[in-house]
Amino acid sequence: MTPIITAVLVLSALSGVLTLLLLVAEFFFANYGECTIDVNQGEKVLKVEGGASLLTSLAGQKLFLPSGCGGRGSCGTCKCRVLEGAGPLLPTEVPYLNDEEKKSDVRLSCQVKVRGDIKIEVPEELLSIKEFETVIESITDFTHDIKGLRFKLPEGETIKFKAGQFANLFSKPYEDVREETSRAYSISSAPSDNRAIELVIRYVPNGMVTTYVFKHLKEGDKVRLIGPFGEFFLRDTDREIVCIAGGSGLAPIRSIVLDMIDRGISNRKATFFFGAVSQRDLYYVEEFKAIEKEHPWFRFVPALSKDDSDHPYEKGIITEVVARNYGDMKELEAYLCGSPGMIDACVKVLTGKGMPEDRIYYDKFS
Amino acid sequence: MDIQNVHPFIIFFAAITTNNILLTNFLGMCSFLAVSKDLKSSLGLGAAVIFVSTFTAPINWLVYHKLLVPYELEYLQYIAFIVVIAAFVQIIEMVIERVSTLLYLTLGIFLPLITVNCAILGCALFLVIRQYSFTQSIAYGLGAGTGWALAIAALAGIRARMEKKSKVIPELEGAGIALVITGIIAMAFIGFSGIVRIN
Repeated sequence: MTPIITAVLVLSALSGVLTLLLLVAEFFFANYGECTIDVNQGEKVLKVEGGASLLTSLAGQKLFLPSGCGGRGSCGTCKCRVLEGAGPLLPTEVPYLNDEEKKSDVRLSCQVKVRGDIKIEVPEELLSIKEFETVIESITDFTHDIKGLRFKLPEGETIKFKAGQFANLFSKPYEDVREETSRAYSISSAPSDNRAIELVIRYVPNGMVTTYVFKHLKEGDKVRLIGPFGEFFLRDTDREIVCIAGGSGLAPIRSIVLDMIDRGISNRKATFFFGAVSQRDLYYVEEFKAIEKEHPWFRFVPALSKDDSDHPYEKGIITEVVARNYGDMKELEAYLCGSPGMIDACVKVLTGKGMPEDRIYYDKFS
Repeated sequence: MDIQNVHPFIIFFAAITTNNILLTNFLGMCSFLAVSKDLKSSLGLGAAVIFVSTFTAPINWLVYHKLLVPYELEYLQYIAFIVVIAAFVQIIEMVIERVSTLLYLTLGIFLPLITVNCAILGCALFLVIRQYSFTQSIAYGLGAGTGWALAIAALAGIRARMEKKSKVIPELEGAGIALVITGIIAMAFIGFSGIVRIN
């Protein structure tokens, strides 16, 4: 027994001494004190403990740069411009930067260490991604399986997003679901309405978050949201717009149309095709009809695929309805939102009518 | 000749040439092959190896002779040496980072690589096997590191020139031709055997 105990003791003592040495060394040598990170010329000033990488320091302050490899310097996605305080370019960064980036002080934030005050520049969108502890202001039943929820942001906070983007909603543990889960939902309210967020949520049978929303949430409940995210938003051109959506895909289109009204964009024609099965699946019809009446550039075309009753809407599946309404679509721009099947079918129809694929923007709900 | 009477300088010189840890024992091959593509990084890595081996050799000597031998725990030498090397690489990295940013940028990124470089562990084990004294172990650590650095710098220089001038058949490109060159350099180093030989 004794030899084993001595061995353990000696090895533990050795490790202990080395650990102590490391701690002492860290205290004396790796202590950089408090450093400030100036983001986008003073738009945000963060105070961090020096010594860590820029990427982790920023993440600690809830500013999340994209990173695929988790800071090991092997993916090259965490780039940002460092204007001051980064030190010379490291050999580990060189393979991921092209000449233009090197010239404009682009660095890999996971390799740059914060050793003093530092000035950086990140894309504006990243700054606006925030976490909100919201309160449900209202829940509206739109159809038998779609609800509209309005979330009030905490006092004094606002959200800055582009119409068409989405937010992540977190469900709290309920019934058998023990963990917090999150799903992405498109924002349906206008960017100008920045004290609250509206989401349109369609019930997914056995969906973890939708079940929570439909069966457990009520007005006044607190809900955690993070956003905005996403590359689905109105591009800045003068082209005529075709919007096609189904189900809860109406949400980002509504936001885009409301945003166009707010910004006074009236030189672009916009047509919104909304595909549904029958009349009971339609919602927001009155609102879009009112917009249509007031703004001559906008046209609302609801289409019902399986409703032979007498109704004022177009009949047929949405792709047929779109095809019927247009001849050549070469000069148009399209925004699609809905199920992957619907989007693939629509892309086929649009490209078939001459629309280049890079002018078709979509958000697949899967 | 009794090893204890050999002058440390001779051990230092032998460690660079005839007992070159890389060319005669083929230790530290992985980083040797990986980083020998350009001269600048190989000089950086070489300097870092010199640094670490010079510091860890005497420390490991102390750990072995003053801690493991008295408690008859020689069989723990591998794990003890590795722990010591890992810890000291960390400390050295912190010190360099603080003291000289320039040196840190040259060595810094290579230091963690060296923690897993078997030449450093080999160096510690050899000084035990060969029963070096404390001063001899310092000379040996410095020499082994220098020898390794010399070898990687030589290979990097040759590879850089070959890149421009030689045509290597595609099957041998990269690590293949590097190993062939390493073999030839090793044979050349055997030429030093006439001058000094220490086992």
